[in-house]
Amino acid sequence: MAEKGTVVLGVDPLVIQDHYEIDYRHSYAEDSPFFVGLSKGKLLGSRCTKCGYVYATPRSHCMECGAPTAWHELPLRGSIHTFTTCHYGGEAFLKETPFTLILVEFDGANTLFLSRLKGIKPEAVRIGLPVAARFAKMPSFKVTDVWFEPADPHPPLPPAP
Amino acid sequence: MIGGGITKFAKVHPDKDFRLMVKEAYDYAFREIPRFTKDMIDGAVGSYFSDHFTRQLKAASMVQDYLGLCPKPSKRIEGGGATGGLCFQSAWEAVASGRMNCCVAFGFETMSRVNTWKGNEFIALASDTNFDFPVGGFYSGYYAMMVQRHMHEFGTTVEQMAMVSVKNHANALYNPYAQKAKKLTIKQVRESPMVATPLTMEDICTMSDGAAVCLLASEEVAAKVCERPVRIAGVGSGSDAMRMADRPHGKVILLPHEQESDYAQLKYPGVHSFRGGRTAAKLAYQMAGIRNPMEELSFVELHDAYTSSEIQTYEDLGLCKYGEGGRFVESGSPFMPGIDYGMTLPKQGRLPVNPSGGLLACGHPVGATGLMQAVFAFWQLQGTTNQHLGNPTLQVKNARRGLIHSHAGTGTYITVSILEAV
Ligand SMILES: [Zn+2]
Repeated sequence: MAEKGTVVLGVDPLVIQDHYEIDYRHSYAEDSPFFVGLSKGKLLGSRCTKCGYVYATPRSHCMECGAPTAWHELPLRGSIHTFTTCHYGGEAFLKETPFTLILVEFDGANTLFLSRLKGIKPEAVRIGLPVAARFAKMPSFKVTDVWFEPADPHPPLPPAP
Repeated sequence: MIGGGITKFAKVHPDKDFRLMVKEAYDYAFREIPRFTKDMIDGAVGSYFSDHFTRQLKAASMVQDYLGLCPKPSKRIEGGGATGGLCFQSAWEAVASGRMNCCVAFGFETMSRVNTWKGNEFIALASDTNFDFPVGGFYSGYYAMMVQRHMHEFGTTVEQMAMVSVKNHANALYNPYAQKAKKLTIKQVRESPMVATPLTMEDICTMSDGAAVCLLASEEVAAKVCERPVRIAGVGSGSDAMRMADRPHGKVILLPHEQESDYAQLKYPGVHSFRGGRTAAKLAYQMAGIRNPMEELSFVELHDAYTSSEIQTYEDLGLCKYGEGGRFVESGSPFMPGIDYGMTLPKQGRLPVNPSGGLLACGHPVGATGLMQAVFAFWQLQGTTNQHLGNPTLQVKNARRGLIHSHAGTGTYITVSILEAV
């Protein structure tokens, strides 16, 4: 956009501002049913048709044995495997700080699921806390259409260290 | 290895582009070996991590021509944070296979062209962009979750993590190449701004501009041109699932000095350990004939992008058992002997880890980092640290064998290489 003129940030050495922006045509391809599932209030993992391994994420072939997987509906309640509260983040998420990330454990699944935890003070979060899935009313067809909140709305604070 | 050079790592180098940074490191690598000439080089492997940071595809081709290495063979290696370590091993492969008698490994990164938070976003694009990045893509957050689980499983403490920060920043006071040397206390580390619980600003390495170069040659060429070459005695690498969430919870991969009964209750690797690192170490130890790393290594330069990952890596490398990483640092074992860190360290200096200051203090210009470790290890094993750093403090006495370790996003690629004095 030469007509806009060039922003010069320094002269020795010469430093200019360089802008870059792009839209992608992004396909979720074989993982599409997962994102459609979120819009219907379902969490879809994958179950291996051969060895029975259950992934809490979409994966159309098994990482253990290579066989195809089938969609596996995960329970909408789980517990916190681990967590962190981010006070900084990538530029895209800075305005959302502080936010809490968790890995969720589900009964009957061999692996975990990464999500946001909302509706709780960061200092009350702990490993093992029961959590329940919540879904966006207006889907954006992103993984953030699901997040978790404490299954019990008033979890007790952990004992003081 | 017959030569090595690095530029000073800095927040920003607006007066030098990546070609000139590599050229400086390259010329430095030639300094000690006057009988070595450019026509003895058969090819090169270049490494840089991010096309986003550079916004120049094929940047390694620009370095290749700037160094005057055209039309010799050349390629680029990319593997996230492990880019430099993978590049080193790729150059080793070229020589070990007999394809080349001498191969240059060069690496660089210019991370200063965007602001820190945009930079964090670029780096987070190295996590799954459908499932991980949109949730709040931020590597410090991912590593924070990993160490929360490590603390839960093993009782690791934030004070033990802070000790790593104190150690590496203090070591760097004697390393003029480092970006962020300083004397810290555990209290200061804990009181610095919280980034992702439990990791503070001082638990995390910084972005950096810099370059590093290694010259690798066959034994025949090395004997001809170099008085004190260093042997690459073992290489290994490993990997893990891109999404942390997908990692299994199975059995520990054992090293020769461990037994299954050591870990009867442990579900492995989960998100608390890096099985790619364990695999890399196991393969490198096998090749180098190492049975007990704690007894057989003189020093370690490992990928401490986070204080927590240094503790986790002690365990992956078998310097202590899984679960003992926190107590390992508390014992003082990985500290340098002869430096006053302002704390009581009963076993200070048993096996120095990151004598250079590591990524925490040197900086982490991704494509250069793994090669920087190789250069520091090279100087240690030559016994020339004093000459290159201008003081003898960081020279490990009688350094015979060193380990370098390079690591990519949450443990997706990891390399371990073993270097020996000849
Ligand atoms: Zn299977």
